[in-house]
Amino acid sequence: MREKLSQKVLNLKSSGIRAFFDMANEIPDVISLGVGEPDFDTPWHIREAGIQALQSGKTFYTSNAGLQELRAAISSYTKRKTGLTYNPENQIIVTVGGSEAIDLALRALLNAGDEVIYLEPGFVSYYPCIKLADGVPVPIRLIEENRFRLKPEQLEAAVTPKSKVLILSYPNNPTGAVMEKEDLEALLPVIQKHDLIVISDEIYGELTYGVKHCSIAGLPGMEQRTIIINGFSKSFAMTGWRLGYALGNHEIIEQMVKIHQFAVMCAPTISQYAAIEAMEQGDGDIEAMRESYDQRRKFLYHELQRLGLPCFEPQGAFYMFPNIREFGLSSGEFALKLLKEEKVAVVPGDSFGECGEGFVRISYAASLQNLKEAVNRIFRFLSRYRT
Amino acid sequence: MEQVIREQLLHMLENNSKLTEHEIAIMLGISEEEVQREIAGLEKAHVICGYHTLIDWNKVNDDDVTALVELRVTPQGGEGYQKLAEKINAYPQVVTLYLMSGAYDFLVMVKGKTLKEISLFVSGKLASIEEVQSTTTHFTLTKYKELGVSFEAKQADERMVVTP
Ligand SMILES: Cc1ncc(COP(=O)(O)O)c(C=O)c1O
Repeated sequence: MREKLSQKVLNLKSSGIRAFFDMANEIPDVISLGVGEPDFDTPWHIREAGIQALQSGKTFYTSNAGLQELRAAISSYTKRKTGLTYNPENQIIVTVGGSEAIDLALRALLNAGDEVIYLEPGFVSYYPCIKLADGVPVPIRLIEENRFRLKPEQLEAAVTPKSKVLILSYPNNPTGAVMEKEDLEALLPVIQKHDLIVISDEIYGELTYGVKHCSIAGLPGMEQRTIIINGFSKSFAMTGWRLGYALGNHEIIEQMVKIHQFAVMCAPTISQYAAIEAMEQGDGDIEAMRESYDQRRKFLYHELQRLGLPCFEPQGAFYMFPNIREFGLSSGEFALKLLKEEKVAVVPGDSFGECGEGFVRISYAASLQNLKEAVNRIFRFLSRYRT
Repeated sequence: MEQVIREQLLHMLENNSKLTEHEIAIMLGISEEEVQREIAGLEKAHVICGYHTLIDWNKVNDDDVTALVELRVTPQGGEGYQKLAEKINAYPQVVTLYLMSGAYDFLVMVKGKTLKEISLFVSGKLASIEEVQSTTTHFTLTKYKELGVSFEAKQADERMVVTP
């Protein structure tokens, strides 16, 4: 059968997280700090809006770009949160998760051979989506010393005449890094000089601690050349609803809608109705969840310091990315041994790109009780491997 | 202490009074001394009025009875309701007491060992308070939720163990 399959697809490795997941899933009583999603249930009033939609028979397709009412709600939410104005008619598309929005944006923009600069460590989908859209992935390897922020020199060094798109992803999965306004401003001259389009994955934009999220689209001259990727999964604890959206220049969005129309027709209708409730009545939920993540973030950061595990202090998302090089194990070995010996699941850093080697991702979207127990187990583990 | 931090501290304790001062200090990003001082102050000011454990007694024994009693009283002026509340409060059988708007005045939650014990208490003690005009007693059958906490065990984590 292999010879019948697409060479492009065959050449893709499946996500490293997958392999590790299969293993982790077979061991009972694991404390999982390996999860990339909130530990909250979707707030009840949002679920109720979904139930209501189902009960009143909202079981049909919506328009391709998404319910008009939802696009209007996304527009006012975005205006309220970032000050940016997007026209619900042609600058917003509702997608099947932020994941689909990333795929659509790349497919709408790329011709064969176009280079896409993206950041590592970073979300696992960028590289394969670039490949599937016939683009050439050009990773920039971020370093801990810069708190995993992108520096203009690094960007300049990655640019070639074929560079077309830059994918930014802040607040970042897996590092928890953020880019503040000044950091983003420093990139503008390079972006403008080389006429790059920016895909800005801001899916964790509501989850920052002690700093306010800044969207690059709001900086001078950037609105027209930025596509914002966002979604409901992280900020509203709605991963299973599979709903996200993209905002940007209407000519790009139009092409994204075209692909979306032929690939999936429209995002799930019931989810879209629930999402209207989230956009309009969800601010309080976000606030409460952010507060709770922040408490656990402070707790885990303190505990990692106590264990002497070097880690820069993350200011976004719900991840920590400690450096485990001192133990002389690869990330994969470290995570596997920790899983087998102490039944704690964390994700090997190299799942997020080669330069994640030497780190592991720990999610603090877990109960305080589990975090405490996991810290005890990690402590035991580290003591054994420390010489 | 900033009001937002104070409210966070109170929420944390309200959800879990077993948190140590050390843990609270870490999670709020303030010093342990500050937490100690603040809690002491809040206790003194009777903002923090006690530390309780939420117990589903039905799982231990099922011979506890609770009733909600509505009291209608003669209209009170000035300090009247307050004085009356103090009178009702004094009985250890009374576990919760609210002054209400609407069709009746006080809502009293009463705890006892048997239906009879509660009935006797209501007729003998509450109904015989001079200002009380009438009482209506409702016995609870099942408790599902108290103070925001469901008595049913939370279902297991539905998430997959590792995801991107
Ligand atoms: C950085 C980042 N972008 C996008 C996504 C996709 O999320 P969804 O498709 O659920 O909206 C994730 C999920 O883990 C993520 O971490």
